[in-house]
Amino acid sequence: MAHAAHDTHHGHDDHNHAPGFVTRWFFSTNHKDIGSLYIIFAVVAAFLGVGLSMLMRLELQAPGMQFFADGQMWNVAVTAHGILMVFYVVMPALIGGFGNWFVPIMIGAPDMAFPRLNNISFWLLVPALGLTVASLFVGGTGTGWTLYPPLSDSQYQGGPGLDMALFGLHLAGASSILGAANFITTIFNMRAPGMTLHKMPLFVWAMLVTAFLLLLSVPVLGGAITMLITDRNFGTAFFKPEGGGDPVLFQHLFWFFGHPEVYIMILPAFGIVSHILSTFSRKPIFGYLGMAYAMVAIGVVGFVVWAHHMFTSGISVDTRAYFMAATMIIAVPTGIKIFSWIATMWGGSISFKTPMLFAVGFVFLFTVGGVTGVKLANASVDVILHNTYYVIAHFHYVLSLGAVFGIYAGFYYWIGKMSGYQYSETLGKIHFWLTFAGVNLTFFPMHFLGAQGMPRRYPDYPDAFAGWNLVASLGAYLSGISFLFFIYVVVDLYLKKRAAAANPWGEGATTLEWQVSSPPPFHTFDELPRIR
Amino acid sequence: MRRILSTALALALGGMVTGGTAFAQSPPPAPGGEAIGAPVPWGIDLQDPFGPIQAAIYDFNQLVLWIIVGITIFVAGLLAWVIWRYNADRNPVPSRVSHNTTLEIAWTVVPVLILLVIAIPSFRLIYYEDRARDPELTINVQGRQWYWHYGYPDNGNFTFDSYPIPEGELRPGQPRNLAVDNPLVIPVGADIRVLTTGHDVIHSFFVPSLGVQKYTIPGRTMETWMRADREGTFYGQCNQICGNNHWFMPIAVRAVPRAEFDAWVAQARTRFAEGKAPGWPERDQTTSVASITEPTVDSSGEVRR
Repeated sequence: MAHAAHDTHHGHDDHNHAPGFVTRWFFSTNHKDIGSLYIIFAVVAAFLGVGLSMLMRLELQAPGMQFFADGQMWNVAVTAHGILMVFYVVMPALIGGFGNWFVPIMIGAPDMAFPRLNNISFWLLVPALGLTVASLFVGGTGTGWTLYPPLSDSQYQGGPGLDMALFGLHLAGASSILGAANFITTIFNMRAPGMTLHKMPLFVWAMLVTAFLLLLSVPVLGGAITMLITDRNFGTAFFKPEGGGDPVLFQHLFWFFGHPEVYIMILPAFGIVSHILSTFSRKPIFGYLGMAYAMVAIGVVGFVVWAHHMFTSGISVDTRAYFMAATMIIAVPTGIKIFSWIATMWGGSISFKTPMLFAVGFVFLFTVGGVTGVKLANASVDVILHNTYYVIAHFHYVLSLGAVFGIYAGFYYWIGKMSGYQYSETLGKIHFWLTFAGVNLTFFPMHFLGAQGMPRRYPDYPDAFAGWNLVASLGAYLSGISFLFFIYVVVDLYLKKRAAAANPWGEGATTLEWQVSSPPPFHTFDELPRIR
Repeated sequence: MRRILSTALALALGGMVTGGTAFAQSPPPAPGGEAIGAPVPWGIDLQDPFGPIQAAIYDFNQLVLWIIVGITIFVAGLLAWVIWRYNADRNPVPSRVSHNTTLEIAWTVVPVLILLVIAIPSFRLIYYEDRARDPELTINVQGRQWYWHYGYPDNGNFTFDSYPIPEGELRPGQPRNLAVDNPLVIPVGADIRVLTTGHDVIHSFFVPSLGVQKYTIPGRTMETWMRADREGTFYGQCNQICGNNHWFMPIAVRAVPRAEFDAWVAQARTRFAEGKAPGWPERDQTTSVASITEPTVDSSGEVRR
């Protein structure tokens, strides 16, 4: 992605010269370069996040404690896996990476509204990741990514590890808030003439909704973890019952952020998949307005369902009834999206290139993750599924198989545009099938484990759970191999240097990025494009 | 390529159907002897129900499961058809259709109807699960790092600790990571009110085969209930991350006939006199609000930290 050979001079334009290496990559104000930095960052963090999941599956492959010294070390690993994947892999890849790269181009803007702010957003993330990783070496965070007190109080998690992770989250949160403000400003103010809101590509709609979710939810996390930091270090008692505080308050604050957060991770993938299905079916998107407003509806309703994560936390039965009903309502706009995607393909002339395989895989797997979500929404049955592997299966189907398939789909769709080199179709397809088989083998058996009552965050389990855990571990190794294979695909891309055409996908690819060269000039548009 | 894709989808579908059939197996008929509520090797279903709550959850789960399996098969079928029928070889000229109001209304309204079918029994069930209307017995449950502390306020308020049995000390038949030294004993067929409180960090009292789960949160007392309709032992595990030994604080609930329960209570009152069971943790010096929030007063009048 770091298109070192990018500075191929297009020879016709004074504005097209790229600055020197340090200026270009460390003081960047170019949305494409910053986007590339975000993607590289996400891949680096993915090595850590995937590596931890391999360690976890090694431990769970058989009953008994084999690789981890004790439960605390295990808890540190699962927490780090969660925080890394959410904040440093999925979000940077989808929002910082593809969002930075393609939102300005798709709306015909010369760059983001605040280019230097954009650079700050990225560079805040680097120390954030640094703090999170460094915290592993000073005790780590053994609380799960949900950070519930009192377990996260200094009494139970002493040492600087948790504080470092919290400061890391603060930096990542600041990065997200600044980025969100930047996206909102860009999308509202910098659309090219004729690009009305109702003509905006769906990926831009997705990023707009995502940016609003970030802007409104991340400050709540900031408040919650600030109070946690002062509880830990300065003797306050916001969440300590012995001082008049309330541990459940933290859960409300956390999930007021945490639930929108899961839509933050999936909405950009919705946008990417919409474009890919349309491109490779050579058909316009079916029900464009319905698709756009379904995302808006998911974003709005996503803010009022948070306590479905707390059905066993002692909220009153009427409150449970409300949150159950509100949660189930989200299935309606989600259903609209699934059926509109299928209708987009219906009657099309579909070619199954790698991005399309990932996009179709996304639709199926997101459906599986979605329907198990409907089941979990029911507080009545969540009583015995809460915190079990059923939940793990559910959210990995929508994130590990949903958001990550969205990332891969977007990568294969746009890598030619971003780097100027096209990937190998054969290798891409092998990568898809390895990943598809691996993740399903990993996560489908977890539904069974959860139904049988296996709790999450366990390094050792009763022997009855051994069978499906072995299957899941084998699947995880396959997924790990598929990740390494993906790295090979990228290496191959830069070794073979197959030049990518401006539009390799044909008439189905209608958005603006396909009107400019691959890679686009350093300054994408000398003159603003006009949308009919 | 297209063939591979359809095959994969067919396999996935097949898998789901098979899974569905297996899901539909009803719990085994109750033979004589004691029931064991525990996970089973290669189990794919909810744990067998041994009480009315889990039985109701089990039935409701069947309903939802069939609906979601049906939806998944429907979507997978549509995808398979689209992949087969509308690939570029078979359909070189794409249509330009991008709107169909009837269809769009249909796929908004039909899901709403399906959700109603799910929601109505579900609402009824959450109110049923909420609390016992006329409980025979109240039990205090307190999660502690890393064992359980049970109290019987209706029976002189004796309390005791329930520790897991380490692997080396298991007797034959005791399941590893599930067996405990002192199970929570309840009478068969009685509605038990369960009051949970916290002591140090949050734990979760979770017994799947009785359909009960509730966090134990410091500073709060929360109510739920359970009933076992058969004699037996019903295992569960702590289900909220609580530190180093989160994975090793199992729960065992033993349901016995009323007479046996009464005899056990009489014996337990002496054995666990004043809550000073041999396992009382000396190491636990942390300040706690547990005694403040404990819903009942210790009968001995002793201030229990």
